[in-house]
Amino acid sequence: MLKYLFAKEDDIPQGSAGLFFAVSAICWFIIGTGLGSFNAAKLAFPDWYHGIYALQFGHMRQVHVHAVIFGWIAMAFAASMMYITPTLGNTKLWSEKLGVWNCLLYNIGLCLALALLWSGLTSGREYSDHIWPVDLYIAFVMVIPWGVNVWMTILNRRTQGIYTTNWFFAACVFMTAIVFLVGNLPEFFHLTGLNEAYMTWWFAHNILGLLITPVAAAITYYIVPKITGNPLYSHRVGHLHFWSIVVFYSTPAAHHLMSSPLPEWLKSFASVEGVLILVPAVAYVCNILLTMQGKWSMFVSNIEIKFTITGVLLAIPLNMQGGFQQTRAINWYIHGTGWIVAHAHLALLGFSTFAEAAGVYYGIQVLLRRKLYSASLANFHFWMLLIGFSLYWTSMTIAGLIQGAAKIYEVPYVDVVIAEHPYMIVRWLGGTMVFFGNIIWLYNMVMTARAGSIVPVGRQPVEVAYTR
Amino acid sequence: MAFREYKIGSMMFGVCLSVSMFVTIFLPGLDISGVSSTQLALEKQLTYGWESGFNYYDPFLQGKDKPIKVTLTKDPRTGAKIDETDAYVFKPGTHFPDGLTHNWILGDKVEKASASTGRIHEATEEKGGVFLVQVADDDTPYIEYATATRGWTVDAVLKAADQQFLAGSGKTMFIREGCWWCHTLLPEETQDWQTFGRPPMTGDFNGESPTTFGSDRKAPDLLHVGSRNSSREWLTMHFFNPRLVQPHSIMPRYDYLWGDKDKEGNPIDLKAWDKKFMAYAKGESIYPPEVPIPASGSEARMLIDFVLNLK
Repeated sequence: MLKYLFAKEDDIPQGSAGLFFAVSAICWFIIGTGLGSFNAAKLAFPDWYHGIYALQFGHMRQVHVHAVIFGWIAMAFAASMMYITPTLGNTKLWSEKLGVWNCLLYNIGLCLALALLWSGLTSGREYSDHIWPVDLYIAFVMVIPWGVNVWMTILNRRTQGIYTTNWFFAACVFMTAIVFLVGNLPEFFHLTGLNEAYMTWWFAHNILGLLITPVAAAITYYIVPKITGNPLYSHRVGHLHFWSIVVFYSTPAAHHLMSSPLPEWLKSFASVEGVLILVPAVAYVCNILLTMQGKWSMFVSNIEIKFTITGVLLAIPLNMQGGFQQTRAINWYIHGTGWIVAHAHLALLGFSTFAEAAGVYYGIQVLLRRKLYSASLANFHFWMLLIGFSLYWTSMTIAGLIQGAAKIYEVPYVDVVIAEHPYMIVRWLGGTMVFFGNIIWLYNMVMTARAGSIVPVGRQPVEVAYTR
Repeated sequence: MAFREYKIGSMMFGVCLSVSMFVTIFLPGLDISGVSSTQLALEKQLTYGWESGFNYYDPFLQGKDKPIKVTLTKDPRTGAKIDETDAYVFKPGTHFPDGLTHNWILGDKVEKASASTGRIHEATEEKGGVFLVQVADDDTPYIEYATATRGWTVDAVLKAADQQFLAGSGKTMFIREGCWWCHTLLPEETQDWQTFGRPPMTGDFNGESPTTFGSDRKAPDLLHVGSRNSSREWLTMHFFNPRLVQPHSIMPRYDYLWGDKDKEGNPIDLKAWDKKFMAYAKGESIYPPEVPIPASGSEARMLIDFVLNLK
């Protein structure tokens, strides 16, 4: 990587940026899920690691969240954008050099940001925990250069139209930069009180709704038609998905604070807009599943499709939960409980991660022109992820319902802690399975680079046999 | 090539996003900013000071640049007996909360009363001073700058104080140590009244930053915990090792906030303490080891003060 930093643009092999982002993403996924598993262990057995104060739960929890969001998810997005955007524009990436620099500064920035969080330097605002100098670094050094590469690649495309995936890529990086700069205004300008509290959740909602879910969807818009060979079921339904994301998904931020003293009109408005999230959700899921017509055997036989479609199927419960759990009728019961934690993991570890994993699996094969090393290891990874996630989601949902019931009947809190203990253990087991699955994934990818069969020019990886 | 065909799309996108931000940021911002401070908001601002998260004056979140809350039973100037009064002491150089420095934070009536009756505009950060929260005859809460109105100086008030609460520094600890990842500060409007007490009102937060509502309640809500449990001894044991007072607790130990020495200056040996505790936890000894009393400037004392002050 370092040798390309000062190389001439033409001397940098195409796809370098994408490849570096992809490998970084996998490494951060291992780190992030490792931290998650560690945190979960602390919730199950609080005295287990006593005495190592750097490993305090209160310092580690946000490091897990940001390692996963900015390390794994965002870098997997960057990796996918670096190879999908040019392919769809029938061109090359606008600047590999910018991409390589971006990847390096991204990794350095993330290490620094997480180290600061770890040592307790925090803004005290959930999801925008980073201190404001780090926020500025993220916006101007990590996100905007990435966006410039994507936007310029699309502007310099050699196709007439722009495919669905690229609308999302271009718009979502733009919105991420905006959300970062606007959502952190309370820190830049010391806004206080309920405005600060509300903006915290405006940021948190929009970073999820305008970056994490739509870009994951955009990746599946590419992977499914590309690998199955079927054209996208409907361009128009894609339009509906895109525009309803922009209009509906950017507005319900206040539904995260349904039980707080925000203005009632705002909560009602957010709640209605929150149900309307089902419009893009249903449009999207239908569009992708209908694209699979006649090719459903690939759901079993092809690893990328297996990951992608599992992600899309997980988007169904995700959006059904998301649309309805924020209405007053349901929110009062589950607000602030493990149910929400389960839902957040359904979005990030369920839907989004499965889509990104497909993007990274496919991307590394295409960029290296090498077939995946081992189908068995990939399947092992898939099942570790799916079973681990399912254990996590089920246990946390049940724990959340227990908490909800206890909340309504105002049971002494320690009884809730006792009742949740077995679910905390299952949660830890599930998270640990995901962690170990990811280590296997990294091994599989390293072996792909070293020993995967060469994919001939003009051929798809799917058409080549596995090495082992 | 031919970006023209996407011009309309880009413009529509800009319009959609702008309208969305207008409705979800500008309008709520106007509405929220129009709400007047309650008495609680005035007390919180004067207790917590300017900013409790990362800031230029306390970059490592050590609880610096914070006011001290004191209780008085005699007039610091004359020595005459008075009703128990909470006063908020800003040593010279301590930064004021936004309510004292920005006109639109307190709300019109509160601002007027604080300016005319309370004379808050005479206060400066360089001089510091002592503040009180008062309620006017028409129930308008306001801030009184007691250094101007009563001649209470910082030194005299600290000397006359019966009790000092480092609750402002404690909030910094609450944020740095991530207490709010599990303990919410937001009893919910639909239930919680009986166990966790009154949910906050819209005007309770003016000038506070950050509000640390918390979102994932893995532990009891703490907004009114000081009213439920005001025992400093219990809290001291609880922070040192929660399993001393609640065997089923999953809260981490915060014994490292005690620092190197206890209140008497004896060194604290956490390893030796842990050994004795584990023997107790396994049933090998009858009594748990003694919990050291935190030194008066220790981070543990700040955090305990913060929690006791959550009435």
